[in-house]
Amino acid sequence: MIVLENVTVRAGTFSLSGLSLEIPTGQYGVLMGRTACGKTTILETICGLKPARTGRIILDGREVTRLKAAERGIGYVPQDGALFSTMTVRQHLAFALVIRNTPGESIRTRVAELAKLLGIERILDRKPPGLSGGEQQRVALGRALAARPSILCLDEPLGCLDEDTHGEVCDLLKRVRREVAVTTLHVTHSMSEAKKLADCTFRIDGSQIRRVIE
Amino acid sequence: MTISRPVNAEQASTLAGESRAGSGLHRVPSDVPFVVGLCVLGSVYVLLIGGMLLADLSFTTPGNFLAALRSEDIRYAIRLSLISCSITALLSLWIAVPIGYLMSRYPFRGKAIFDAVLDIPIVLPPLVIGLSLLILFRTPAGRFVERFIPMTYAVPGIILAQWMVACAFAVRTMRTTFDQISPRQEQVALTLGCSQSQAFWQIVLPQARRGILAAGTLAWARALGEFGPILIFSGATRMRTEVMPTSVFLELSVGNIEAAVAVSLLMVVAAVIVLLLVRALGRPPL
Repeated sequence: MIVLENVTVRAGTFSLSGLSLEIPTGQYGVLMGRTACGKTTILETICGLKPARTGRIILDGREVTRLKAAERGIGYVPQDGALFSTMTVRQHLAFALVIRNTPGESIRTRVAELAKLLGIERILDRKPPGLSGGEQQRVALGRALAARPSILCLDEPLGCLDEDTHGEVCDLLKRVRREVAVTTLHVTHSMSEAKKLADCTFRIDGSQIRRVIE
Repeated sequence: MTISRPVNAEQASTLAGESRAGSGLHRVPSDVPFVVGLCVLGSVYVLLIGGMLLADLSFTTPGNFLAALRSEDIRYAIRLSLISCSITALLSLWIAVPIGYLMSRYPFRGKAIFDAVLDIPIVLPPLVIGLSLLILFRTPAGRFVERFIPMTYAVPGIILAQWMVACAFAVRTMRTTFDQISPRQEQVALTLGCSQSQAFWQIVLPQARRGILAAGTLAWARALGEFGPILIFSGATRMRTEVMPTSVFLELSVGNIEAAVAVSLLMVVAAVIVLLLVRALGRPPL
């Protein structure tokens, strides 16, 4: 469950206050808004990369407002993927587990499992510069899911993909939603993405988040 | 002589319209003078640099060169230069990497002043740096340090004098390097469970590898050419505080121009190697 209660965020010259939102456990929430309206800032605040000036952020019943990003248990996929340019795909999938000192055997099993889920078994030993846009998004998603987070935050995951890849990654997100029990917040400006994927849709309207009733 | 015919307003506007629409009528002056001008002005400087180096080469013979290299004093100077520059380069990186990262990633009060202070060694006249170091080690704090490490007119002082300037260049290079690495990857690493230091060591530093090598090489080259601060702070004692620029100065002052040129040429070779290395390392990674 992702809950925002009266949260204020500030990004550069503008701030958004009184933000409230609730996505029930296991649901796929889509947050829509125009370009540069603060969507990414809200996502970064939930992830702990930007401070919330006021209000509370509650994830799965645990208040995380003052916790470090590393302690929040969120899988985060930023807009451009932000893959680690010196690491292979395999190292990406293993990264969160290595940081947690997971035993080698469990890491190998998890990497194989994720590679299968995301269809990236064949590129495990390649590095990001040689990957296509769709492959990069798959790797970024795998890296975020590796440590089995209960929350997944996606920032325009389909934003910079061509039409074919767009459909492909969209289907992949549907599959992930079906196979992985994770509460998701997907930020986008595209109505069609919301229609295809969302269990619940929200819209940033002025400085408020409003639930869009289907 | 052309005789202009008076035209009425309507005719004038039609003429203007025609000349706008007909692109064939618009004549552009030749680009040749502009390009030639750029080439001439550019080559004056480059030819001067090349001429200078060629003149150095023609001034000495292989015999002179080898004779200079056989001199015990000059061999000591070369050894001391290579060792002190390498230590200076390592010390510069040791400081430049954290300062470059701090300046690139963290906002803090007084950052603009801190930044300006970092540039002081670059803009300060070299002699002034030497003199300031000399005065610093006359203060009680300086004397206290000298009880453990001899600085004034000693080898550690040479490294300190080189480091004061070289480090400033390494800091600039490292800051640019970190500025060019998007903080996004570190942010993702934080959400994946990393502490800030883990994100730095595992994500940022491997990407900064080329920048670190470039900064180290640049610091090494600056240190090799450093003369003013060393002359003031460490003196120019043969077989003791003599580095390669000191050799050039000492040989010149006794009129042994062949030896001065021989040592200079060695420094030219070192500088060219460094330049090529920095160029090669400076290329953006794939």
